Amino acid sequence: MSETEKRKQRTLAAETWRRFKKNRLAFAGMIVLICLVLIALSTIVIDLVTDKAIYDAYVIKQNLRMRLQGPSKEHIFGLDEFGRDIFMRMIWAVRYSLFMGTIAIALSTIAGGLLGSLAGYYGKVTDNVIMRFMDVLLAIPSMLLATAIVAALGTSLTNVLIAIAISYVPTFARTVRASVLTIKDQEYIEAARALGASDSRILFKYILPNSMAPLIVQATLGVAGAILSIAGLSFLGLGIQPPTPEWGSMLSSARAYIREGWHITVIPGLGIMITILSLNVMGDGLRDALDPRLKK
Amino acid sequence: MQNKEELLSIENLTIHYETDDGVVYALNDVSLSVKKGETLGLVGETGAGKTTLARGVLRLVPSPPGVIKNGKVMFGGTDLLSLNEVQMRAIRGSNISMIFQDPMTSLNPVMTVGQQIQEVVEAHNRRFSKEEVIKQAHAMLEMVGISADRSSEYPHQFSGGMKQRVIIAIALACNPQLLIADEPTTALDVTIQAQVLDMITALKDRLHTAMLLITHDLGVVAQNCDRVAIIYAGQIIEIGTLFDIFKHPLHPYTRGLLGSIPSLNKQVQRLSPIKGLMPDPTDLPAGCKFAPRCKYAIEACSAAEIDMHSINANHQVRCILAREEADDE
Amino acid sequence: MSNTDIQPILQVEHLKKYFHTPHGILHAVDDVSFSLNKGETLGVVGESGCGKSTLGRTILRLHEPTEGKVFFEGQEVTSLDKRRMKALRKDMQIIFQDPFASLNPRMTVSETIAESLLIQKIFTRKQSDQLRKRVAELMEYVGLSTKLVNSYPHELDGGRRQRIGIARVLALDPKFIVCDEPVSALDVSIQAQILNLMQDLQDELGLTYLFITHDLSVVKHLSNDIIVMYLGQMVEKSSSSILFEHPTHPYTQALLSAIPVPDPEYEVQRVPLKGELTSPLDPALGCRFAKRCPYVRAACLVDDIPLKEIAPGHYVACTLV
Repeated sequence: MSETEKRKQRTLAAETWRRFKKNRLAFAGMIVLICLVLIALSTIVIDLVTDKAIYDAYVIKQNLRMRLQGPSKEHIFGLDEFGRDIFMRMIWAVRYSLFMGTIAIALSTIAGGLLGSLAGYYGKVTDNVIMRFMDVLLAIPSMLLATAIVAALGTSLTNVLIAIAISYVPTFARTVRASVLTIKDQEYIEAARALGASDSRILFKYILPNSMAPLIVQATLGVAGAILSIAGLSFLGLGIQPPTPEWGSMLSSARAYIREGWHITVIPGLGIMITILSLNVMGDGLRDALDPRLKK
Repeated sequence: MQNKEELLSIENLTIHYETDDGVVYALNDVSLSVKKGETLGLVGETGAGKTTLARGVLRLVPSPPGVIKNGKVMFGGTDLLSLNEVQMRAIRGSNISMIFQDPMTSLNPVMTVGQQIQEVVEAHNRRFSKEEVIKQAHAMLEMVGISADRSSEYPHQFSGGMKQRVIIAIALACNPQLLIADEPTTALDVTIQAQVLDMITALKDRLHTAMLLITHDLGVVAQNCDRVAIIYAGQIIEIGTLFDIFKHPLHPYTRGLLGSIPSLNKQVQRLSPIKGLMPDPTDLPAGCKFAPRCKYAIEACSAAEIDMHSINANHQVRCILAREEADDE
Repeated sequence: MSNTDIQPILQVEHLKKYFHTPHGILHAVDDVSFSLNKGETLGVVGESGCGKSTLGRTILRLHEPTEGKVFFEGQEVTSLDKRRMKALRKDMQIIFQDPFASLNPRMTVSETIAESLLIQKIFTRKQSDQLRKRVAELMEYVGLSTKLVNSYPHELDGGRRQRIGIARVLALDPKFIVCDEPVSALDVSIQAQILNLMQDLQDELGLTYLFITHDLSVVKHLSNDIIVMYLGQMVEKSSSSILFEHPTHPYTQALLSAIPVPDPEYEVQRVPLKGELTSPLDPALGCRFAKRCPYVRAACLVDDIPLKEIAPGHYVACTLV
């Protein structure tokens, strides 16, 4: 095969990847996220291997004599109000934000996606019932909704996940419904029907794979929002409970000590900011990479 | 050197697009001319470079990725490629106008048709009063067969054929010397196409406008053009009068095209298509671009670039074998 | 040549398809009847808005008919339940106009062709070897290089994409194919290739075509009979040769005269048409072409004009005959 032919045989995914790579900012965001994921994974492994020994010794153990110490050579991020090493706490906090955010959005995507597809595909009554229900959920500010659900169900990790997942369902339902509406009228759907394809085959094999682009972008940005929500909930005391390190709760407990040490508030804040920024930038890059010439 | 009768003279125009997937050699050393008042048909299939040529004349090639590598576009003694954007804007719409293929998307949906015609009149006639501008706009609408009462209506209230008439009104409002029409009737129904083409020809004759008619439809060419140029893979491969091309086609591609189209006045059992496909514009073959598909191709065809050869004052062809055939006669 | 002692493979009786829009009822197909014999090609010509595409799709029940009946090999199609209709789709198929829009952009050439085989359960997913073999056979049959097995539609040109469209229809071994403007979106030199392919397939497999197009010159040598449609109604029907030699309905005459012939010496006898298409929404009684017809008279506007047989096999709906 000539060079030209080889170039042309790229799959759509490979094309997208190539375009994504060219966006330096988006690529950098992705690298940061990969690092964060690796950090999170390594903490899980370490905990398993050492049977939480390191966790107990460095992350939770208090050292009140040294409390509120600023950054130094031994403790690069300094110590918090209980004398705990902030650097270690930051590292161990990654997995809660990142993985919980991702899982919450994953649940939300599946539920919202399903509802959105049904609404878009079958239209009429089904559409109306589903979307009006989504409208009700959307009418409530997401933080308030999440807070209410957690307050009602209790402050466990699972419940926080459920609360955030539910608050994002309407967004995904709308996104998927819009895609389905556009694709439903395309000629290749008519062609599939002419061959005798069933509704479910058309929905799952033809429509959904072609509606992935906006969904992926929305999901990436959704994880950023979910992380903020988790931080927010923990800040309010409704999410992760101390002494488990989580950026939002670290911020919350640092409130009282702002004047005594900039590092206790700024560092967790920076952690949240960098993660969200990377996710947003990557999401934007994905949108650009997926959108333009896919229509051709 | 420009002939006195010549209005537009494109010389050795070469335009490439530099894209991520490689360089697209859209136009390669294209030369042709349009005389005052005549209609030159430019025939080619998708990807041959017709639209790039049209855009190139008016300096509308998006850059990046388009790059004008070489050439001149002489119009009224000036090389259009040497002008700046301000000077070009003065020419577009007033000396040279262009109409595009799709009437559905060529009109601004939020302006009335009257306003859109007025816009172009105003832009090139700053000294006109408001009344004069409106009067001219109404006159143009009537000229294309639309009642002036409809000048306050919006594009969506018109059918496809009527929209194309409005576009023609806009294009001719400032009485340009040259009209470039890029597939002006391809998107229209055949009976409407006939009406619109008749109208364009009538207006053209009345206003002494020359036209570069770009199309892939040989039937449209036969009914409307004085001279014809055939473009293939970014090069002009044959050019001549209407009779030259239809009655004495020399290039194998031209002959292939004429032989492959179904026609009302021919009785055929089976069509004779041209085998294969136009070459990839990022990967053009050396020598004659049509050689890989040509049943008469010999080694010399792919060895070196082929020049245009004049058969007579009007008829030129880019083919070694055609040249020999003509020399023998 | 038609075989009158064998039942026609397709019979369409008083087929109507109306769409309800907020602006009124759109009479897309209004009382169309014809029959088609096995192995023949019926050309359906008309311009935009005449209902020819809707006709093709309604016959296949891709749109549900508003009124009327369709019979395929004697069996009534219009009243079949879902399961039997699916089975019938093996025999009655469609090739679309836009070879790009009618292909799933996320499926490769082989996946698209295999879909037909899987949906109609000709092979199951587990029989991957037989699937692969059959797909390769079909690709070769329509002139697609097997190197393209894993290519996506956006990597191929119009001609190749249309061959995929043809291959996936042939995979079902159909008897009747609605060809909805199959070459209109293709370049001139590719059109001839595809038309020849379709002709060959018809000869080899005994296929019956309903060939929909706006381009009369394309349909001239392919069709046995031709019907001309205008705003949902049939205005003329006759054999192909007669239609071109003796076009009788004023619209047919106008249509024929409007087609630009690629011959500068051809004398154009243009039949001038006034104005534009009238609206297909809630059309008034009477001939729908009347407002544009150069021969219009009072009788044309009173009532709908029925098709009249002016010669054996030649039908025209006009007050002039």
